[in-house]
Order: sequence, then structure tokens, then C-alpha cells
Amino acid sequence: MNLQFNQHVMPKLNRRAFVIGTATAGAGLALGLDLPFGGPSVVRAADGAPEVNAWVVIRPDDTVVIRIARSEMGQGTLTGLAQLVAEELECDWSKVTTEFPTPGQSVARKRAWGDFSTGGSRGIRSSQDYVRKGGATARVMLIQAAANEWKVPAAECKATKSVITHTPSGKTTTYGKVAEAAAKLEPPADVKLKDPKDWTIAGKGLKRLDTVDKTTGKMTYGIDVKLPGMLNAAIKDCPVFGGKLKSFDEAKIAGMKGVKKVVRVGDSAVAIVADTWWHAKTALDALPIVWDEGDNAKVSSETIAKWLAEGLDNAQPAYVGNQNGDAKAAIGGAAKKVEAVYSYPYQNHATMEPMNATVLYTPDKCEVWCGTQNGEAAFAAALEASGLPAEKVDVHKLMLGGGFGRRGMTDYVRQAVAIAKQMPGTPIKLLWSREEDMQHGKYHPITQCKLTGAFDADNNLVALHYRLSGQSILFSVRPEALQNGMDPAAFQGVAQSGEAAIGYSVPNLLVEHAMRNPHVPPGFWRGVNVNHNAIYLECFMDELAQAAGQDPLEFRRKLMGKHPKHLAVLNAVAEKIGWGTPAPQGVYRGIAQVMGYGSYVAGAAEISVTDGSKIKVHRIVASTDPGYVVNPAQVERQIAGSFVYGLSALFYGGCTVKDGRIEQTNFDTYNSMRINEMPKVESVMVPSGGFWGGVGEPTIGVAAPAVLNAYFAATGKRIRSFPLRNQNISFA
Amino acid sequence: MANLKINGKTINVDVEDDTPLLWAIRENVGLTGTKYGCGIAQCGACTVHIDGVAMRSCGVTVHEVAGKDITTIEGLAAGGVMHKVQLAWIANDVPQCGYCQSGMIMAVAALLKENPKPTDDDINDAITNICRCGTFQQVREAIHAAANA
Repeated sequence: MNLQFNQHVMPKLNRRAFVIGTATAGAGLALGLDLPFGGPSVVRAADGAPEVNAWVVIRPDDTVVIRIARSEMGQGTLTGLAQLVAEELECDWSKVTTEFPTPGQSVARKRAWGDFSTGGSRGIRSSQDYVRKGGATARVMLIQAAANEWKVPAAECKATKSVITHTPSGKTTTYGKVAEAAAKLEPPADVKLKDPKDWTIAGKGLKRLDTVDKTTGKMTYGIDVKLPGMLNAAIKDCPVFGGKLKSFDEAKIAGMKGVKKVVRVGDSAVAIVADTWWHAKTALDALPIVWDEGDNAKVSSETIAKWLAEGLDNAQPAYVGNQNGDAKAAIGGAAKKVEAVYSYPYQNHATMEPMNATVLYTPDKCEVWCGTQNGEAAFAAALEASGLPAEKVDVHKLMLGGGFGRRGMTDYVRQAVAIAKQMPGTPIKLLWSREEDMQHGKYHPITQCKLTGAFDADNNLVALHYRLSGQSILFSVRPEALQNGMDPAAFQGVAQSGEAAIGYSVPNLLVEHAMRNPHVPPGFWRGVNVNHNAIYLECFMDELAQAAGQDPLEFRRKLMGKHPKHLAVLNAVAEKIGWGTPAPQGVYRGIAQVMGYGSYVAGAAEISVTDGSKIKVHRIVASTDPGYVVNPAQVERQIAGSFVYGLSALFYGGCTVKDGRIEQTNFDTYNSMRINEMPKVESVMVPSGGFWGGVGEPTIGVAAPAVLNAYFAATGKRIRSFPLRNQNISFA
Repeated sequence: MANLKINGKTINVDVEDDTPLLWAIRENVGLTGTKYGCGIAQCGACTVHIDGVAMRSCGVTVHEVAGKDITTIEGLAAGGVMHKVQLAWIANDVPQCGYCQSGMIMAVAALLKENPKPTDDDINDAITNICRCGTFQQVREAIHAAANA
């Protein structure tokens, strides 16, 4: 039976018919419709081209506009998602272009584009199903439109590279010619997606769609927005988190060039609005400000460390995140016990583009232009800060000059709206100085970890006690996600099961978290809790191997029998780096593995060490099994980039607290790796299929432990506190 | 007030003498391809050419560069033809977020002018721009590709 044809002959009423509203917004987009998958009344893009469905607009010249709801911050999701849609659409890839729908449009269409949030390495994996269906549905409708025109069954037609062919007669037409008719059709109720082994566009290392403008200076980031009559704002928030703005002496900057207005922003910040940002910043630097720093001004890195160390005491309360057997009893009766305490510092995201947002506020409309990892969160922030209803608010997403988790937060959007609200009708661009950005981050959380391992008389690991003490991100950022007070995300990489499960079977295991939340605001920082958990566990596995007198790889393998996917990536890097064969003279190896964001990753490093403190990283091998690889060239770049980010944090990072504020203010005190310090990363992709894992973050977990374990192999020294610069260890 | 010669055009900008060239380029001239990253000449995102030499534009004032030949990323393509570094960047799909790449490309273009076939060591010495996405592997490959173009 030809389902597609029958469906055309006797159209069903779809739920779109019951939804009221076709009011067009200024941009010409129809609002009030609820279905992402097309339907009888044609929805048009801003240029008038018909929307086949929410994901696909086809212009008469055959240009295919693919809508991308997730944000592009360098990770390549824009291209990857377009590949997935194009794969099912069977369109000509050379005619593909993309656009970002706005959160306001999505809300008005009952979230036609689903989740905008772009974090947790979810860009591809959590939208692949519906975007592929979007492409497949559009293909079915386009073919149906051609079949209708030719009065032939759709089953006799096929589409390849945007050309529809009626196979028996050889007649052809193009997507551009039938898009208008297709947009009026009933979408099919169900579509079959391709088997990834049949992919021709997805799964290939196609070039990114956004490269040319990024090499000519034409790409518009949030910082580059220009609006008629726009003014620029510079801001200072109380350097002590939780402190307040007491007063400022505006008279002292009276007459400074370009200054238009000095405004309070909330109860903790002051901003200067000027003709140029340089004038705003210059005046702000000259403005005397008095802060009410509050009690947090007494907090320092030392007081935080002391408080966290107390949480390592087993007598203190802790949440149990993973356990089997009785680790405490097994450790108590063990033949041999190994214990170590590690710590990991705060880290700033340090996106190359500092936080910024541009806002035009009038009592009737609040529009925001910004880079954001979560368009809907930025929209919600603008709603709240403006006090306007949803239909009067929108957020225009721009390219992000880096995200790494920082731009999932909306503090800078709220500030920009708060400033613009004090100057209705004037577009205001708020830009943070690098110093503001460094001191008002949402930092990688601070933790310490006491690990205790126990062996029987035959050097078998019988127990592992993993006791984490420190900060919960969810406690601060998303308290509703806590489970009876426990932060389940704190156990990323050491959980029993799920998308970040531990890869070892230990007869007696106890993983727990003594939650201690200092006043420094935490956030999702690339890799999030996988970072420190992988460092703690993988460095300690090396310590255990050493204590057992076993090779670090063989020691791990013995515990990984029930974790074949973890083991497969570990084996892949071991083979590629030549583990078990002699390394070059003076070169030492380290290895590590972890699971995070639904993917299995492993890494191995070859390093040499001069004078016990100068490290040269010669070679890095990294393996990943994300289930499916949508664009291997981009996955390779995410893997290599994860090493740069992770090793920058290991060697140079670390934000310290003094008098309640962050001490690091710029790249001179919070450095980042340069090209001379970074070797080539050799990636080994071993996608095993059957699941969808993320690739932007998991690899960062193995970056530091691979190098640290190699450092031990080279020097016999364990480093358990970071960054390495504090131990006088640096790149050679 | 300063007379800036940018990308072959002389532009009179109404700014104080001590205004960093970066902000004059971005805000007064309106060329936003040159990026602000740190303001203290550390990251290199604001790299431009001054009389053919790569300089961090946040660290020089308009007064210091008045009358000199300033080239920004927008002026790198000559006569509508992209510079070989830009072409190599596209061929090697170098940028991720892309924010640092204007500066990176300007630094590399200046390097190749001085040293048409740089070794890896030459690259290590000359290219000190920060890229938080970690594009260094592709940057290195693209430099060699441009050198051999």
C-alpha cells in the first residue's frame, strides 16, 4: 500500500487546524502555529520562501535553509546538525545554508524547535532524532508535491541532491520548484530514518559552514553588533561575590568625554554608558566606587581549603552517589591500604570574547542581541529583567566567541536589560572588560578528594573509597535538580550507570560527596564534574597499580571486564601509542580513560621532563566512542581542543580567592597554552553504534591524568594539587 | 584627532591621542574583524599590521601609529583576492569559534612575509596568540600549507 499517496488523497485533520493565530511578526514569520513538521498553511521565512517545515525552508533557486536551534560556539554543531537534516532531506549539500530561529519565534510556535540549550555535549545527541525526522518529513512532502503535480504515485519517485525523479518516466524537477506546493501538504505521520551506515552527508568530515566569514573578519559576534544610535556600557560588579554597591562619586567623572549616564545595575553593580566603550571603560576606571563587601570578604583560598578538607573526614555527613559491597569494612580488614588526597581549583572559562549583550528596550518591546548557549534561558532572563510579556521580548542569537559552559548563564543578559531599561529607546551594548570577565565568572567548582584503595594478600584491589568534598554546581545553578539535597551530577565519571559511569568493577566501592558550597559562584565549565573526577580517579588508579606492582594498563584492564566499551577505547589508545613497547629515549607514557556525556574516551601522552620540572609533551593519542560520528573532522578538533583546554587548566589555570574575590584578572595571571606547547593529537575514533554520545567535553577528562601519570613515570613523583605552576612545574 | 591610514584609506578619527588603536579601529572606523580579547597585549586577538609588522593593536595608541600603514583583517585580501593564509585557513577548516582567528591570521601573514618557509620551531617562536578552542594543530598545518601554496 502506498501510504504516502493515500495520505494525500484523504488528508487527516491535524492538530495544527485547531491552533489559532497567524499573526505575522515584523520579520514576516507566521506565529501561533504549533507543529514543527509542516502542514496546510504555508509558513514563510523572512524572505518569503516557503517553510516545508520548521527545520527546512527552500527557496525557488533551490537554496536549502536549515534552521539550527542549538548554538554554535566553535564546536561545529551548526554544521553537524545541518548534515543530519540534509542527509534525510536528500538535498544538495552545496546549496545548504543555515539560520538560527529566535527563542521568541519558538515560544510563539509552542517550542517548534525544541530545546535551545547547548551544553553538556548535547547539541547533536539530544536533537539528532527530531532534526533527522525534520529532514525526512520534508523530503517526503517534497516528493509528494512532485508526485501530485505529475499525478503519479509518490512511491515511483525518488530524491537525490535536491532533484526529484519519477523513475518510470524519467521526469525530473527540483526542490525549489515544488517547495511551495510541498509546504501546503499534510506532513506524514511517521517517517523512517536512514541507517547510519547508509549516510552520505552525515558521517563525513565535511567542511564547516561558517569558516569563510571567520577568516575575513566578517563574522558578527555579540561584541560586533551595531545598531543605529547605539551607546556602549562598561560595568563593574562588586568584586566580592554577594557584596553590594554602596555608593559612587559621579561628580569625579563629570565632563569626561563621551559619558552619557552612570547607572546602578541591580544592587551590586554600576555601569557607565558612553558614546564608545573605550570612553565608558575609561570613565568607569576613574569612578570612585564604595562597595559593601559583606562577610564574604573574609573568605580566602586557605579558608575554603580548610573547610573542604574537613569534609574529607568520614565522620562528616556525605551523600552516597555510588556503592556496592562494604568498602569501609573491606578497607578496615585489608592486607594493604593506599590513601591519597587530591584537590582541584576554581577555573575561569576565559572565552576569548568577553561577556556582552546588546539590548534595545522600549515599554513595548525588549530585544536582545547576544551570544548565548541557551537562547531560551537568555529569553527567560530578558523576560524577567524587562518585565514585559513573552510576545514583546526576543533574543537574536549571534556567533559565540567561545562558550565552554559560560554562556549558558544569563547574568550578562540581565545586566544589559537592566541598563537598557534605564535608557528606553536607546540601544545599549554592554561589554565586560577582560578583568570583569575573569573576576565574575561562573567557575569550575572547587573540590578535594580523598581516595582509599585496599588490596588483599594477592594484590587484588578489593575496595575503593572515593570521598569527594566540595562544591555542587547544581546547588547554585539548578537547585530543583538536587535529589534530596544530593547533586547527582557531582558523580559524573564515577557513577554506577548512565551517561558518565565508572569503568571499573571493584568488589567494595563507596563513592560519596560531602557538599560544601563556598560563596564563589560555580558553573558548567567544559567537562564539568568529569574533569576533576577523572583526574582523581585516573591518577589514583595509577597509584594503585604502582602499589600493586603492576603495569598501569594491565591493572586497569583486570578491573574492566564488565565494561567492554570503556576497555575498547583504552585498548585503542594503548595500541596506537605503543604501550608495552619501549618509548623513545627519555620519553615516558601515561594513560587514562573515562566515560562522560554518553561517550567513552581514553588518552595517552608521551612526555619528557627536564630538571624534574620542565615538561615537554611530545605526543598525545586519544580515542573516543561516541556511538555515531556525524563529522569526524569536527570530532577530531573537539578532541584536540579538549586537550588544549584541559592542559591549559592543568599547567596555567587555577583561580584563587583573596579577601572574598578572585585574584586573577587577565591572561597575564590566568594563562593559556600557546602553539609551541601543544603537540599534535592523534585521534582514534571507534564509534560502535547503537547510542549517541557527546564529543565536546568528555575528552577533557583524560587530558590531565594522561600527562600526570606520564609525569610520575618520568619522575616517580605524584602531583595531587593543581595547577602545576604552583608546584613550579611548567612547560619546557 | 588622529589621521589613520587603514587598509589604504586615510581616515580622520575624532579620538584622544592615547586611545588604543584597537578601539579606534573597532568603534570609530567601524571595522570589527579586529577583536578585543585582553587589552594588555597578551592574547593577540587584536593583531594588525603596522607598516607590515604584526602588532597588538590594544597596546599601541592612535598617536603612535598616525601616518603609518595599518592593515586589518578586512584589508588583508588584496584586490578582492584572498590572502594565501586565508585560503589555507579555509582549506584546512581552521577556525572553531573563530574569535581569535583574525589575529591569528594577521600574525601568520606577517610571519610568512618575513619567513616564507617557517619550520615548526619558527612557528613556535613567532605565533604566540591564545586560542581557547585549541585550533593549534590546524593552525600549524595551515601555516605550512600557506607557505607551500
